[in-house]
Amino acid sequence: MTDTVVMPAVAPTTLRGEVIPEGETPGREERRVSGVRISDVLSATGAAIASLCLTSVLFTQLAPLSGPIAFAGVAYILFMVLYSILVAADESRPVVIDRIILVGVHTLAFTVFATLAFVVIFSIVRGAEALPFLNFYTQDMSLAGPLDPLSEGGVLHAIAGTLIQILIALAITIPLGLTTALFLNEVPSRFSRFVRTIVEAMTALPSIVAGLFIYASFILLFGLEKSGFAASLAISVMMLPIMIRSADVVLRLVPSTLKEASIGLGAGQWQTVWRVILPTSRSGLVTAIILATARGIGETSPVLLTSGFTASLNLDPMHGPMVSLPLAIFQFVKSPEPTMIARGFGTAAVLMFIVLALFVVARIIGGQTIAIKEKRAEGRRAFWNAVATPLRPAGRVIAKGYAATAPARVASATGIRRAAQSAWAGLAPLLATVGALVAGLARRLWSEIRAWVQLRISTLRSTPDTPPAKDDTP
Amino acid sequence: MSLDIPRSLTTLRDPADVAFRGVARGGGIIVLTIMSLVGVFLAFRAAQALSVSGFSFITEQAWEPDSGRFGIAAVLVGTILIALVAVAIAVPLAIGTALYITEYAPRKIRSFLIGLVDLMAAIPSVVYGLWGFFFLQGNITPVSKWISMTFGWIPIFAVDGVDPNDPLSSVTVYTSSTFIAGIVVAFMIAPIITSIMREVFAQAPLGEREGALALGSTRWGMIRSVVIPFGKGGMIGGTMLGLGRALGETIAVYMIISPVFVIQPHILQNGANSVSSLIALRYGEATEFGTSALMAAGLTLFLMTLVINFGASAVVARSRSGASS
Repeated sequence: MTDTVVMPAVAPTTLRGEVIPEGETPGREERRVSGVRISDVLSATGAAIASLCLTSVLFTQLAPLSGPIAFAGVAYILFMVLYSILVAADESRPVVIDRIILVGVHTLAFTVFATLAFVVIFSIVRGAEALPFLNFYTQDMSLAGPLDPLSEGGVLHAIAGTLIQILIALAITIPLGLTTALFLNEVPSRFSRFVRTIVEAMTALPSIVAGLFIYASFILLFGLEKSGFAASLAISVMMLPIMIRSADVVLRLVPSTLKEASIGLGAGQWQTVWRVILPTSRSGLVTAIILATARGIGETSPVLLTSGFTASLNLDPMHGPMVSLPLAIFQFVKSPEPTMIARGFGTAAVLMFIVLALFVVARIIGGQTIAIKEKRAEGRRAFWNAVATPLRPAGRVIAKGYAATAPARVASATGIRRAAQSAWAGLAPLLATVGALVAGLARRLWSEIRAWVQLRISTLRSTPDTPPAKDDTP
Repeated sequence: MSLDIPRSLTTLRDPADVAFRGVARGGGIIVLTIMSLVGVFLAFRAAQALSVSGFSFITEQAWEPDSGRFGIAAVLVGTILIALVAVAIAVPLAIGTALYITEYAPRKIRSFLIGLVDLMAAIPSVVYGLWGFFFLQGNITPVSKWISMTFGWIPIFAVDGVDPNDPLSSVTVYTSSTFIAGIVVAFMIAPIITSIMREVFAQAPLGEREGALALGSTRWGMIRSVVIPFGKGGMIGGTMLGLGRALGETIAVYMIISPVFVIQPHILQNGANSVSSLIALRYGEATEFGTSALMAAGLTLFLMTLVINFGASAVVARSRSGASS
């Protein structure tokens, strides 16, 4: 915690703490750039105790102040004053300032992270009332009134609406977003720089303006009704710049040596993109897509203007209003009924679990290293070989059997039998393939989990060899 | 003589490459079209209302489009006040968090904290709104009251209609204010600002950091003389991007404020407004002309955020730290 001003001149190590081999510098220890001294702990603890005592005295005996927030504020100010006095007792002025800043930075960071945790926990705790009911996930609100208990009605319509809308939005934004990101990187020109500037400016497009645009164009001008499709268009307009920007950043990180090697080996531009750039940046691109999805899923205002509101399940995105999770929360908490508010918080918890799950997936994919991916691909190949080997004779037997039945089929006059036979013949390899696929998926899942655990363990032991691709969508 | 002229290079592209470039350019054109259509459509729909109101659209405070009296003076001032409160709270928090992550946090938890900040940016705004409405509103009013009692002589902290000597005065005058909406928006934009600042702080050159420490600087001395000057562009740019986001925030603000259509400079007092919540509030019952007026308000908001964003990216791109990002 301290960088003392006095630095021993003997240590030849760098500030990053790079280890210098033993043989070269015998007997010299790596200089510690951070460490806690006993005097730091003592002065901090002392200041904390003193400020708590003083604040208690102030609150109970002297000042007409009350409330936990005021108590925390006064205690904090007193702590800072006392702590700086204590440090000033045996340190120089720059060190005192350093300590005060240290405490201040920790406080600010703690406030931000604690508030995040609190916002999340608050919604989950308030929604905990609604979450245990199974009907909350399997029913819609069409038959449940505002006065009905929580054992009636649910948010199935909102969950379905959110999934349908985000799927349509992804079907629009993924091809368009990735193509544009490739355009910005691989076809550089004045025009592409212009597109990049516009896209960057649009990343902070107010989401209500995206909704207003779709409302003005599709609903008012072209006369479409308010529907799930209009909502997904509004979400797409909002997600598109976010996705393009983060994909653009990821694509820019592909080492130019790889591209040059590919071109040098005679590959064309398209081959380079398809075989080098996209595979290299795949995990980063997936992260970009998932993060944009997380943003799109949680937006209320574009949906508010374009999707309409309904209490019943609507699976048709083209006709009729379709509600999504954020909109459902918004409508629930408008009601003064405690059960409706509990439903609103429950819905918020469901929405946050979805966002959190997307986020964890993004982190896992973004955190993959090349080595782990290689290992997994090898395992996959070995598995497919293992599956395919026994399947091959089976397939041959089936084919042979099918061929053997040919005369019978010709002889048979009943169309039903023929149909049944050919159906079976068609079905058997299909069943085998499906079985293999399921087995493959299970195996894949298991290897993902194992790799994830290994990754966690290795991160715990040391820092990962490549930092996870990060996205900082503004 | 002719040997000095370089041979002109011709590129003969593969059909696949030509197709790829065409498709990619097509994608770029489509995206550009969509993005410009946003502005064009809003302007097109807003023209009707703007032609009626003319210049009074900027100066009029009331919002009664169907009687011809409407303008964005009140909502625009409200929007800017909420955004300024949010930025004033979020920027110190973001600087502290970004410095903590890059300079103070133990290396082991650093990547975890970065992920946490990204996660905060992805929390739906309606969830922040719920927190603001059901928790913060009730708990922050004593603080609002204290600020207005102590600093009431500063005009923006004054609250009308409150007798400071009446201990039983109701606290409802402090609810649904610009201040509370600003706090909620601050926590929504803090992650974005943090994330940009963290990135530029982390890029501060190692050699200069080591140089400062080798000259006997404390950690704060090193930060002040190396990290912050290096990251200044990113700090300004991040703040402006946060401001842009704060201006456009809808749902959380809508849930908290109680809309008023006069310029309300008292940030601690009940009643506030913003362009986006005006749209969310009125689009449902608006007539055709009313919708056009809302489009004009949306267009204003759009242009404002666009200008701020262009400014932000220009500042970031020009700074020393932003050149590579």
